[in-house]
This record gives sequence, structure tokens and C-alpha cells, in this order.
Amino acid sequence: MTKSELIQRLAERNPHLYQRDVERIVTAIFDEIAAALSRGDRVELRGFGAFSVKRRDARQGRNPRTGDSVHVDQKHIPFFKTGKQLRERLNEGM
Amino acid sequence: MAGQTVTRAQLSEAVYQEVGLSRNESAELVETVLNEISGALARGEMVKISSFGSFAVRRKGKRIGRNPKTGKEVPINPRRVLVFRASHVLKDQINTALSKDAALLATRPA
Repeated sequence: MTKSELIQRLAERNPHLYQRDVERIVTAIFDEIAAALSRGDRVELRGFGAFSVKRRDARQGRNPRTGDSVHVDQKHIPFFKTGKQLRERLNEGM
Repeated sequence: MAGQTVTRAQLSEAVYQEVGLSRNESAELVETVLNEISGALARGEMVKISSFGSFAVRRKGKRIGRNPKTGKEVPINPRRVLVFRASHVLKDQINTALSKDAALLATRPA
């Protein structure tokens, strides 16, 4: 399912809304999550999962092709932990 | 890092600000979005949100684990796990924002 398919499904379920508004709603949700992570905040959606940002310290890495030592800057990576309810839903009937 | 926690309430508020719906309906829509995504994943579908990231379901085979406390071997049954891969757009956005923060902190006298 892509973002546009998600919008399509939501529009079908909410015939009283304009497709354009559904699009804005979906975009607003993901923008809000992205903005929170950009502030270093955590986003906790009970039953679905939690998004957080983890810091990776700067390190000396190596170019795997040449073997040269290279400096890798500190960076932040977004992380998602699946919520309990969703994890159970994925494994229903297994 | 700021270390605040954003929940459904703030997502509903963002939807409420964006479109002229009631707060109640905004909250319901947030729930519906999460539900549609969960449903697709439960069907084993991958969910791709452009410029945000993708959620994929991975199947894990049976393996023998160990209870770390007792050291006893226990079988781990086959299961499905969810993996999230952030898009480059999201990673870049986060790194640009947070490295700017760090630079500001570094220049500020203690």
C-alpha cells in the first residue's frame, strides 16, 4: 500500500470528505511525526508503535573498497518499535 | 535532546488545524489512518509512505532461544515482525535539524 492508495481507501470510507482534504490530513499526520522527530522528541502511538531518534556517535570508519580510514560524523537515525497490539495482529492465526 | 513525547492528541490537533473538521472527527481520522496501515500490514502488505518511510513485514523462522536468566533453551516459534525503514528525506530532515541544535549548543557559553 502506498501513500496514494492509503488516501484512496480513506476517501472511500469517508465519502463526506473531499479527496483533497483526505490528502491534507494524511500529510499533516506524517509531517507532525517528522517534525517531532526533528526536535528529538518521541512519538508514542499506543497499540501501533513508537517512533524515536537514536544518536550514533562520530566514529572512524573504513572505506570497504580501498581500506582507507574515514571520519564518520555523529548522526541521528529514526527508529520504530512496533506496539504490542500491532505485533499481535501481525501474528494472528499463526 | 528535547525528550518530549508526542501522542495521538497532538496528531489530532495537527489534523484539526489543517482541515475544518471537529476535534472529535480529527481524532477519529487519525485512528482510521493507523488502522488502515495496521490492516495492510496484517495482510502481509508493505506500506510505503513517500518522503517518510516504509513499513515491511518480515517472516522469521523457528529458532532455539535461551532464557537469559536460567540459561534454559526454549523454542521460538515462527513469527512475523515489522521493520520500518526511514526514507532519506526523513533522515536528512532529522539530521539537519538536530545537528543545527548541536551547533547552537556548542557556540553558547556554558
